[in-house]
Amino acid sequence: MGAGRIVKVSGPLIVAEGMGEARMFEVARVSDSKLIGEIIELHGDQAYIQVYEDTSGLGPGEIVEGTGHSLSIDLGPGLLQSIYDGIQRPLDSIYDEAGHYITRGIDIPGLDREKKWEFTPDESLEVGQEIGAGDFLGEVRETELIVQKIMVPPTIGKGTLKKKPEKGSYVIEDTIAEIETADGVEKVRMYHRWPVRTPRPVVRKLVPINPLVTGQRVIDTFFPISQGGTATIPGPFGAGKTVIQHQLAKWSDAQIIVYIGCGERGNEMTDVLQEFPELIDPLSGRPLMERTVLIANTSNMPVAAREASVYTGITIAEYYRDMGYNVAVLADSTSRWAEAMREMSGRLEEMPGEEGYPAYLPSRIADFYERGGRTVCLGSDERIGTLSVVGAVSPPGGDLSDPVVQATLKVVKVFWSLEDQLAFERHFPAIGWLQSYSLYHDNLEDCFRNDVAEDFGRIRIEAMELLQKEAELKELVRLVGIDALSSQDRLVLETTKAIREDFLHQSAFDPDDAYTRLLKQYRMLKVIIELHHACMKAIERDVPHRKLTDLPVRERISKMRFVKEDRLEEFDEIMKDIETQITERSTESRVGAE
Amino acid sequence: MVTEYSTIGEIAGPLILLDGVDHATYEELVEVELPDGELRRGKVLEVDRSKVLVQLFEGTRGVDIAKTKVRFLGRGLELSVSPDILGRIFNGLGMPIDDGPKIIPEKRLDINGSPINPYARIYPKEFIQTGISAIDGLNTLVRGQKLPIFSGFGLPHSELAAQIARQATVPGAESAFAIVFAAMGITFEEANYFIRDFQETGAMERVVLFINLANDPTIERIATPRAALTAAEYLAFERGMHVLVIMTDITNYCEALREVSVARKEIPGRRGYPGYLYTDLATMYERAGLLKGEKKGEVLEGSITQIPVLSMPDDDKTHPIPDLTGYITEGQIILDRVLHRKGIYPPINVLPSLSRLRDKGIGDGRTRDDHAQVANQLFSSYARSKEVEELAVVLGEAALTEADRSFMAFGDSFERQFVQQALDENRTIEETLEISWKLLTMIPRTEIKRIRDEFIDRYLPGEGKAGAGGAAGPEGEAAADRGDRRPGAGAGETGDKKTEG
Repeated sequence: MGAGRIVKVSGPLIVAEGMGEARMFEVARVSDSKLIGEIIELHGDQAYIQVYEDTSGLGPGEIVEGTGHSLSIDLGPGLLQSIYDGIQRPLDSIYDEAGHYITRGIDIPGLDREKKWEFTPDESLEVGQEIGAGDFLGEVRETELIVQKIMVPPTIGKGTLKKKPEKGSYVIEDTIAEIETADGVEKVRMYHRWPVRTPRPVVRKLVPINPLVTGQRVIDTFFPISQGGTATIPGPFGAGKTVIQHQLAKWSDAQIIVYIGCGERGNEMTDVLQEFPELIDPLSGRPLMERTVLIANTSNMPVAAREASVYTGITIAEYYRDMGYNVAVLADSTSRWAEAMREMSGRLEEMPGEEGYPAYLPSRIADFYERGGRTVCLGSDERIGTLSVVGAVSPPGGDLSDPVVQATLKVVKVFWSLEDQLAFERHFPAIGWLQSYSLYHDNLEDCFRNDVAEDFGRIRIEAMELLQKEAELKELVRLVGIDALSSQDRLVLETTKAIREDFLHQSAFDPDDAYTRLLKQYRMLKVIIELHHACMKAIERDVPHRKLTDLPVRERISKMRFVKEDRLEEFDEIMKDIETQITERSTESRVGAE
Repeated sequence: MVTEYSTIGEIAGPLILLDGVDHATYEELVEVELPDGELRRGKVLEVDRSKVLVQLFEGTRGVDIAKTKVRFLGRGLELSVSPDILGRIFNGLGMPIDDGPKIIPEKRLDINGSPINPYARIYPKEFIQTGISAIDGLNTLVRGQKLPIFSGFGLPHSELAAQIARQATVPGAESAFAIVFAAMGITFEEANYFIRDFQETGAMERVVLFINLANDPTIERIATPRAALTAAEYLAFERGMHVLVIMTDITNYCEALREVSVARKEIPGRRGYPGYLYTDLATMYERAGLLKGEKKGEVLEGSITQIPVLSMPDDDKTHPIPDLTGYITEGQIILDRVLHRKGIYPPINVLPSLSRLRDKGIGDGRTRDDHAQVANQLFSSYARSKEVEELAVVLGEAALTEADRSFMAFGDSFERQFVQQALDENRTIEETLEISWKLLTMIPRTEIKRIRDEFIDRYLPGEGKAGAGGAAGPEGEAAADRGDRRPGAGAGETGDKKTEG
């Protein structure tokens, strides 16, 4: 603990003197209004502090107090359905207290201290048994959808259970169990605090093997992400980053979603807040909000808290991962986080790296994404939890050579490249199929083969080859015209058009189209590829190309996105249509030739 | 207690550095008295012990080291507000310049405002009809949105902004409205265009003007939009009015910001603009929207809708100003030089234009059930027509397929009939959709993939229940045009099938 005085104020950065006892990354309270700040540099007894609130009106001589803690957040029942700012202050409580605008010096804890939770202990526990970090003590039904496991916090070492947890209703500060450890008796409460910049410990990391199904066809079929995987979506403005992030938050089959709105628009967070309680999860039938935590540090809120928001979000996600859940963190946008780092770095007068970003940018980004993964969690049952991380990047002018994009691509395994041109054509999601990649295909192969179809991988590869071919053919057409192409090549263009318009294109706003399950995705693509094969064969039998381009079934294919999930047998009908119509056309042309 | 200092140590650009000051605070308002008695204002940018860096809004010309006196006023820059500000003209710092009576303030508000709590917002969904098809039909403006116009030198952005201000209504709703106009570094003539337009339409008594012209002090521009938005917030959220804020030209604002940044010797970001440009712009643009009312589920009466205008240097959308703006605002309306040269007004290039709030602001109960799908179809068909056009340049029109040719004709008619309209033409949304469906008859029905069959059957002219949603009859010219092309494109397609079958 140290108390000092301000000597310098420059935007969100202040310098205080007399802070000899301060430690790096300790939280300090600045001035009489007790603004929250974090120490980011020390010189002798001078501390450089980034302040998480607006600093106007501050001047030299005002008091600064250290708190002895690093920036930590509350972890316990009550996180779900909350909306927090970058340092876990609940925005709804701030609204109740301060009204429409966020005023300074508000100090509200992240979790409600008064609310009582019904706690059910783990029946198998016995006094005197061995117990350690990560072991379950019992559970609380946090929302209809999610049960929160109350665990022994990672900070408590191995010991024996001295006081068994009892059933009852508790506030989060109540002690529910006592553990006798080498360091004495430790009390376990319903919640604990954790420093956001420190990853929560796990036993070991595993290779991800299951897909995170998002219901978005271009993602699940072509560029899948695994549970515990990492992905990035860079793209210029207007290309639909946020819509894709929202779609993932809505429809992906993670059990817990942590959505970080980092330096983005206020209305977007409002949209999530108003829409999610009304949206019903297709898998559980419960409102999506029941599995969601929102972190909102919008672009007009103080810059320094923006930097903290991504850590706050991922720490909450890790906490649920530790319970054995599949968790997804969606961060929109990591560029704003990087810019906040750049701004502080500039004020600290550090030597700039690329584009003015600090030299430690790539390592900070790598540290962040590495907190994701499929892991064996602490606890004697060796349970497995996954934490998937999807970060949007907003490079200036959509230029992928931007340092934030480059540093991100170095660590993530999936790259969804958003393209301007597709967005202009209102082809959404505007994920370009030639640039994007996923490195999880091999990991997921087994899972797809068993759960979807034996040939799912094969038709995906074939479709991708056709799309590659299309790009080449289009170049050619631009030079010599469509008439110069062979019948086979013209058929390829017909097929890829169907892949693009009838499969890859997906409307986020159409109730039937917004979400497609894997099996339907497979059937849709299969139909297009089967039609291609059938037409190819017909062409080999000298059926003229033009007879194949206006098959009536093509119109049916263009509407197959609206086929209901429980009426997949319609695809069998479409397959039959293909067969009969092609046979018809073949006979016609043979008759015509005779 | 106001202490006076005459301890200026350094003067550089718009900045002065004082020494020996106690109790100065960050962002504090400063009054500077020049040797000849002239008063100027500034704000504190940085305090380092007893050294204080001050930025002067009206520049440092005439400021000297020996005799100039500086007073710290113990508060930030404030704007005096009362209902009487309507109809008045202020300078860039919010002082009246129209020889009218003094404003007796109901209250003084810090022009920096405070960030709106996202939890306190209401998601904007109320359709604003601007009467301009390219906006209403495809890039719909919604009450509480911030939708900038990206323009270039010599393009009619002022005309468009004025037309929007004149025509914008929420169909079926009567409510108090006001216009706040902030001019930053534009010429007298441009500003005068707006003022005259407001006067002619009798809107002047509902308008508040903040004028910083090209020959006014540059640094004052940094305060201008903030003063204007403070007035807007007062009118909207304390007086319950629906406020449309027009700010022109953001590029000049950013240049003023760069000037200060360079004088402070900060590490520059892209093109010399400061690294905090994004944050700075966000603190302005985010001051738009709707707020929650007293009771749960209610909306507070009043709203702020922003139309910032910015000129893209060299028409470059990736320039930091339009780029960062686009990342903050809810879409953009982009004006296009090629369309302008073709004589099309408004020269809105709909393809790169976007309204992010469109999808929730339109549809059944707001505009019409088919609106979203029609808009998507128009976008993709127009994009296709552009592709075909490119192809035709390389290969010649003869190499195009029949469908391609129909798209090319569609593209041309789209620009001439849908985008183009007169300066005083105020189309209802029904008229806009009417034109859209008429244009869609020019392409083969099998190519209409973005619209569900039920809508096609109901609305596409010549498809069974023709003109079901039709209000006004088609204009003569458009009908004749359709008559010319429709049989060629449509009948040809169906005819082919029949002969083959």
